[in-house]
Amino acid sequence: MLLEVNDLHVFYGRIEALKGISFTVNQGEIVTLIGANGAGKTTTMRTVSGVRPVTQGSIIFEGQDITKMPPHERVKLGICQAPEGRGIFPGMTVRENLEMGTYVRGGNAAEKASDLEHVFTLFPRLRERITQFGGTLSGGEQQMLAIGRALMSRPRLLLLDEPSMGLAPMLIAQIFQIIKQINSEGISVLLVEQNATQALRTAQRGYVLETGHVVKEGSGQLLLDDPAVRAAYLGG
Amino acid sequence: MNLTQQFRDITRSVTHGPGVFSKLPKSARWSLVGMLIIAFYFMPYWPNVPVLGWIVNTPGTSFENVLTDQIMVFVLMALGLNVVVGFAGLLDLGYVGFYAVGAYTTAILTSQHASWPWLAALPVSVLAAMAAGVILGTPTLRLRGDYLAIVTLGFGEIIRITANNTNWLGGPRGINNIKHPPNIGPLKFTVLDAKPYWYLGFTIILLVLFVLHRLEHSRVGRAWSAVREDEDAAELMGVDTFKFKLWAFAIGAAVGGLAGSLYATKVAFINPDGFLLQLSILFLAAVVLGGTGNMYGAIVGGFLVAWVPERFRNFDTRRYFVFGCILVLVMVFRPQGIIPRRGSAAGPAPVEGDAQ
Repeated sequence: MLLEVNDLHVFYGRIEALKGISFTVNQGEIVTLIGANGAGKTTTMRTVSGVRPVTQGSIIFEGQDITKMPPHERVKLGICQAPEGRGIFPGMTVRENLEMGTYVRGGNAAEKASDLEHVFTLFPRLRERITQFGGTLSGGEQQMLAIGRALMSRPRLLLLDEPSMGLAPMLIAQIFQIIKQINSEGISVLLVEQNATQALRTAQRGYVLETGHVVKEGSGQLLLDDPAVRAAYLGG
Repeated sequence: MNLTQQFRDITRSVTHGPGVFSKLPKSARWSLVGMLIIAFYFMPYWPNVPVLGWIVNTPGTSFENVLTDQIMVFVLMALGLNVVVGFAGLLDLGYVGFYAVGAYTTAILTSQHASWPWLAALPVSVLAAMAAGVILGTPTLRLRGDYLAIVTLGFGEIIRITANNTNWLGGPRGINNIKHPPNIGPLKFTVLDAKPYWYLGFTIILLVLFVLHRLEHSRVGRAWSAVREDEDAAELMGVDTFKFKLWAFAIGAAVGGLAGSLYATKVAFINPDGFLLQLSILFLAAVVLGGTGNMYGAIVGGFLVAWVPERFRNFDTRRYFVFGCILVLVMVFRPQGIIPRRGSAAGPAPVEGDAQ
């Protein structure tokens, strides 16, 4: 088991956002967390990457307890997040943004160059924009940049927070295709999505979150066929 | 195209150049830089040069003294504050505190409680300021934005008020007889001649510029940029943001302490009134005016903020009105500062959906 989250409780002030969430991600899997606004998807993601402290519960990565580990240390272990709202560096060029992804690894120019080439194969658009500043890219391009930058760190577990948010339908299909391709290269993916149909089609397994609880779990297909899930998240 | 846009385009071609400078052969570039450096070493003589002299001249005050007591201090302070505000993106409104720590450490060690030579007091002053930076930064750098600004503002005032109320630090009367630097060959450091202080001060400015330039283009500099652009994203890319923010604070403070020590040895007398909150604001104005995040901008901004009020001294109290107008005009026409940081115009990420 790659990632194991046990009975996670998180508070924002006195409001309990996560009320005991447990889930797992196995090596080589795509796992998705779906749910409505405010269900706790993004909070869960932020606790796994470490930017949100945990009140109670534990996060285990490859057998190591990382519950209290600061986020920059988790990156070294191989957990890398492409943040929601496309947290790219607006005043850095596309190349500089991507190179920040290799920050933890340091050195070796040849490795960096081949990783850069790999990202450009996945996102040819970024190559065209290489000298442009991150802040001048379109929303979709910024999303690609955020994912590309996370890939540059050579993660073992890639955390994607709403990668389809605000994107044109054609681009959404493309992004999910790329997620599958990244996964086929051996990178496990934890995917948070509001676009439940696409997410469940892409993922091997899924968890349905509702107001801080996991209310359902199962294979992607199982959840897609579940009448309650269909009614609530897939438009009947 | 409106007038503002035209003006921006013109000034842009001046500050960024149509790439002329970078296209010159390396030897030509270096000799140009060398000539500029020599010209700046001769700055005390600029008022004697036709035309240039009329421009820079400060009526009613000696230009030499303006150069050392004001311009040198402001340029160094702007360079140091630029590390904190410009590189790491932390708003520090109490930067005068580090300047005071540097000046007071020099004053204590060379006059009030010991009689060390200035050269021995200088490194201790820099280290003391750096330590103050770490002490202030450790608890406060967990705060962000406005909160950090308020806490640093308080720090600057605490230092000044403590000095004012502590007899050991000279109280409101301050400390005099601060030692001058030792004579270096023909350079005699006395109260009568400000020029040697400029030669010393400008050399220090060049050294600071060199060190900061190396830092900016190192792993540390990249970490600072990442923190400035998006602190959470930086952390998620594996940057130990707290550590690098603390480094920015410490290095900024060290430069501030250096400037304080240099100022103390030049004027030989300091008291708490020399470290008012207003100075922190003016240092910040210098950084913003010059171009936040650009060291050459910081130098230009530091120069202007120090020099403009002196240049218009014969306007009497209205000189501050002139000064204010110039600040407003620059900010209207060049919101990113006179020499903007590369990429500063890219702004925050757009929020609307993808246009494909």
